Amino acid sequence: MVESLPRDGPCTDVLFTGLCRRSPPQQFGSRPANALRASTFAAKERNGYASYPYVTKEEKLVLRKISVASLLSVTMFVGAAHAATEIQWWHAFTGRLGELLAEQVEKFNASQSDYKVIATHKGNYSETLNAGIAAFRAGEQPHLLQVFEVGTATMMAASGAIKPIYEVMTEAGIEWDPNAYMGAVKGYYTTTDGRMLSLPYNSSTPVLYVNRDLFEKAGLDPDMDLSTWEQVGKALDGLKGAAIGCPLTTAWQSWVHLENMSAYHNTPFATKENGFAGLDTELVFNGALHVKHIQTMGDWAKDGKFIYAGRRNEGGANFRGGECALFTESSAGYAGVKAEAQFEFEIRPLPYWSDAEGAPQNTIIGGASLWVLSGHGAEDYKGVAAFFSFLSSSDIQAAWHQNTGYLPITMAAAEQTKAEGFYKENPGTEIAGMQMTAKAPTPNSKGLRLGSFDQIRGIIDEELEAVWAGDKTAQQALDSATQRGNQLLRRFEQANR
Amino acid sequence: MLPLLLLAPQLLVSVVFFFWPAWQAVHQSLYIPDPFGLKSQFVWLGNFEFLLGDQYYRSSFWTTAVFSVLVTAVSMSFALWLAVMADRLIKGSTTYRTLLIWPYAVAPAVAGVLWLFLFNTRVGLVSWYLAQVGYEWNHVLNPNEAMGLVVLASSWGRISYNFLFFLAGLQAIPKSVVEAAAIDGAHFWKRFWTIVFPLLSPITFFLLVVNVVYAFFETFGVIHTITSGGPQQATTILVYKVYADGFVGQDLGSSAAQSVILLIVVGILTVVQFRYIERRVHY
Repeated sequence: MVESLPRDGPCTDVLFTGLCRRSPPQQFGSRPANALRASTFAAKERNGYASYPYVTKEEKLVLRKISVASLLSVTMFVGAAHAATEIQWWHAFTGRLGELLAEQVEKFNASQSDYKVIATHKGNYSETLNAGIAAFRAGEQPHLLQVFEVGTATMMAASGAIKPIYEVMTEAGIEWDPNAYMGAVKGYYTTTDGRMLSLPYNSSTPVLYVNRDLFEKAGLDPDMDLSTWEQVGKALDGLKGAAIGCPLTTAWQSWVHLENMSAYHNTPFATKENGFAGLDTELVFNGALHVKHIQTMGDWAKDGKFIYAGRRNEGGANFRGGECALFTESSAGYAGVKAEAQFEFEIRPLPYWSDAEGAPQNTIIGGASLWVLSGHGAEDYKGVAAFFSFLSSSDIQAAWHQNTGYLPITMAAAEQTKAEGFYKENPGTEIAGMQMTAKAPTPNSKGLRLGSFDQIRGIIDEELEAVWAGDKTAQQALDSATQRGNQLLRRFEQANR
Repeated sequence: MLPLLLLAPQLLVSVVFFFWPAWQAVHQSLYIPDPFGLKSQFVWLGNFEFLLGDQYYRSSFWTTAVFSVLVTAVSMSFALWLAVMADRLIKGSTTYRTLLIWPYAVAPAVAGVLWLFLFNTRVGLVSWYLAQVGYEWNHVLNPNEAMGLVVLASSWGRISYNFLFFLAGLQAIPKSVVEAAAIDGAHFWKRFWTIVFPLLSPITFFLLVVNVVYAFFETFGVIHTITSGGPQQATTILVYKVYADGFVGQDLGSSAAQSVILLIVVGILTVVQFRYIERRVHY
């Protein structure tokens, strides 16, 4: 989940942009400039020999070999003329996150001279994915594309357009251990037969933020137990009774209150292991537990105990401004809260329903991973592999984790952060990691792999809004959301058959 | 030969930028491609079947109708009123005119953000005043308020454009006709309805066509910034759905089918406008 709030920018000329035709992906060595030089070179040679009338078949073959060799040497010469191989990386980060990303790139470029990573901002997550897809269709794709977690299924299904990370690393001959990555993070981007397809870049998980001052103002004990939704309900009664205007608000409602809620209670969100085991998956988040949770939230909304602020993290402003007592939001929201909050706050694990069996399981991630796109040369991919192993190094990851609130993607980085005493100085920052790693992920809590999921989230948002507005009951809304979402899943299945 | 040569550039532009893409849209609407263009399946009219079976798509027609009628009516009537007032001005008319034309220079997306700030449920100035008089404004959850807000924001910039044309039209009306009526004792509104308005009809008709097209195609930025089509698709007009399905959902087949349907709808509208409404226009 992004921490900053990127409103979707305007997009004009939408009608026909999708119609651009795809030319074959460029190969290294067949860049127009090289090809041109090489062919004139070869043509000159051929002409030179053409004036010599008696050339046998064998000699012709030799000549051809010579021209091929000279063609190759020209290509290599031109290739060597670029001092460093350029690696294009398209990403969706702005603001502080964009700065931190640029710092990583600078560090990598300074650390060696063979490769140069060029990072380009391409708009928000959806826009970045679109830019990558459009570029691929035009044969001008970057090497690396940052894709948010809901785009994972789209990328996975496009087997001709991507180059899996395990392949990139093996071919580059870089020593690489997938098990160094945190299981719950890695699992989201790994196939059912255990092959890692993309590099987790920024991952977070939802936690509960508490405004301790408002609890005290309402005469509640700020240390009270808030581990279950039942307990949260009691707290909300107290807060409402004390005329607190905003007892509870949330960011990313679908991600926190349906997707993570399912995983946390070891309940399927969709069939076929939440889509990991096949494209013929169906949404099933209209079960008893989901209905109970959403109906409770709906009732809270009606009573003014839950204040709905928007689909993204609009509620963050209300919480940081000191209006709201409780806030369910990504762990990556930590930096913002810490910077702005003029009150004492605390991070708690996401609450669960105490009567649900197996709860709490583990929560799942949100965020993005880096996908390698196909169609580039072997040397380029070596650069990508070098960059990946740089990004995965403990120093880089530990710094990233501590600066942003995103999870460390490797166990080593988590341990390093602990050893540096960061968790002691910043209590609560370890909760996200603990919540994710407390139990080994089950098929219900590995993550989600659903096609058209960006749009399905939109549908879920709409239906939940109907519940908050009191237009629909939770059962009606969730039934409708699953039914509408399933239609899109069938379309996706058909498109990727 | 020469006429053809002179026509060639325009013909070329039409073919490359209009007919070719339109043909591509028709062609693509019969397929379900994957987003990356790696493979695609021929499904005949499957995309259209899927769309027309979707109740949200059907209701999007109604939403579009309501939206375009409101935008056209609000922006045209208000512009006409302003133009009539500005036409009567003697002092400072240039200043007024310039100020009235200004909003047209604001891009739709920027206009959307401006209105969003005014009506923001938490920090908006207008919503704060509304709260003072006891009305709780929440266009994030209330479909009617959301529709009202996007209509307002879309009409606002358009008023300037319409104002400009109406004012020009008003100034083209011969003074002698109006003065003759005045001498005969016709009061202002009588003169307006029986002389000025009929004489303005070519302009009004032109603006009607242009504004409907505007409401259909150019309000995307406003809707995208203010509501993103919500709540519960209450402000998802046909064009917005083309975008949402094609560029958020990566469903290019459905998106292409929708643009074909849109093409047909606009074609029908134009025929209706020219056959039935233009008859009432006096040139």
